[in-house]
Amino acid sequence: MDVNEKQNGLDEEYREPDSLVEGAYCLIDARASIWGEEPGQGPHSRPSFGPGHRPGFKICHFVREFVSTPVGDVPRIKTYWTARDYACTALARLGLVRNSYKVVPGLYCAGFPDKHAPVLVVANHKLMFDLLRRELAGIDAWILVIDTEGVDVWRASWRKFFSTKELVRVVRASRLRELVSHRQIIVPQSAATGVGARKVKGECGFDVVFGPMRFSDLQAYFENGMEATPQMRAATFTLSERAMHVPVHLHLLTKQFILSALLLLVLSGIGPDILSFARSWSRFQSAFAALFVGTLSGGVLLPLLLPIVPGVRFAVKGICVGLPLAFLLLLLGGAGLTPFESVALVALTLSASSYSAMEFAKLTPFASKTGIDRETRCALPWQIAGFGAFAVLWCMARFGA
Amino acid sequence: MTNLRYIPGVVSLEFKSDACVGCGLCTQVCPRGVFVLENGKASVKDIDACSECAACVTNCVRGAIRLRPARGTTASVIHDWLRRAGLRKAGSWQDQLHSK
Repeated sequence: MDVNEKQNGLDEEYREPDSLVEGAYCLIDARASIWGEEPGQGPHSRPSFGPGHRPGFKICHFVREFVSTPVGDVPRIKTYWTARDYACTALARLGLVRNSYKVVPGLYCAGFPDKHAPVLVVANHKLMFDLLRRELAGIDAWILVIDTEGVDVWRASWRKFFSTKELVRVVRASRLRELVSHRQIIVPQSAATGVGARKVKGECGFDVVFGPMRFSDLQAYFENGMEATPQMRAATFTLSERAMHVPVHLHLLTKQFILSALLLLVLSGIGPDILSFARSWSRFQSAFAALFVGTLSGGVLLPLLLPIVPGVRFAVKGICVGLPLAFLLLLLGGAGLTPFESVALVALTLSASSYSAMEFAKLTPFASKTGIDRETRCALPWQIAGFGAFAVLWCMARFGA
Repeated sequence: MTNLRYIPGVVSLEFKSDACVGCGLCTQVCPRGVFVLENGKASVKDIDACSECAACVTNCVRGAIRLRPARGTTASVIHDWLRRAGLRKAGSWQDQLHSK
């Protein structure tokens, strides 16, 4: 059958669209709209694989398509998040996906960059990568992902351990010199602890420009002609940033919490009537409640309320938050307690709160390590003494004191 | 963010003004606004704001900035106490673990 005959309502003669003249954004074969090239056939099947598909490899969900460049095929990524990204971000923030939450290092692109487009460098942690690409809507840029092995927002701090060596390696491996005509790469400011700008220039010829601290300032940074304002350069610690640190903080306290709980179990069992399991268990419950409240106050409340809690040292801040909670605990559950037991529980709550708060200092962007060391040397003995006071009073109360 | 302050007078930051060439990289990379560029040279505006992140040390071409922070972990403090009490040897594997 001659396809030029009128078929299925098409009145015009079919001709192949000229992609240059007619600006076919994507080539649509008109025959595809006709059910089958011959009547009675189902939809014409199209090959479902294309450039970028290789045996044994899968294309990531955030890749839109592949772009052909002088240095090879580069994936063009989506600049928006899907439900999957939101879900995985939540899991990552809670620390439930860690080692596998990575992106393959190398060259990607967003938008339609050419040889003049900026080059943005980012860590290969998938959450960082997602946070970056979300800000690139409408921006044409190359993205260089470098392997920051061991960088995980769940390691000790939020610093991204870029290294100069790895950055230089990826710049060379991606053949960036052939791809862009300029010689500038934009590195996040938080990578500056590991990336020396002059060293990178010496080793691969690219000028490092430090971009803003937060990816959310990227649009403003570009609009400002790639000049960062002091606000863009300053590290912040907003409520949501502090809240994001809480799961990590609690995770880092787990070992000490469990050890303390075991110690409480032993201490609650010590008494003249060691065969009375019920009595020991109820005492353990009271002690555990105090430990729990103390850890909660220093582990959750203190991070959230940080700017309004008095005190410079975190151990002191922990006491300030723990004190009202300790009294609240006694008010609500201290009915059957002797004075010794009440004092013991307050001591336990305060030392747990102070310790948890002191540990949080390590996760803040403004506490100096020397200061943390000084504070620990000063406060830890008091915290241990507080726990010791609890232990002594708790056992004494059992012996009828 | 300078409203969030920590213990004053403990930061181990040292800045040699003579070696400074005024490139301004320290002012760009510092997340706490410690440095300021004036009269063609950098100077320390607010030393107690320093969080000892060492971004300036990595990026100072002339090595004009020095930082010698303590380890800053509870484990290293306890290890140091045990070492002073003679329960851990100096140069033991914990020392290597806890030293910079």
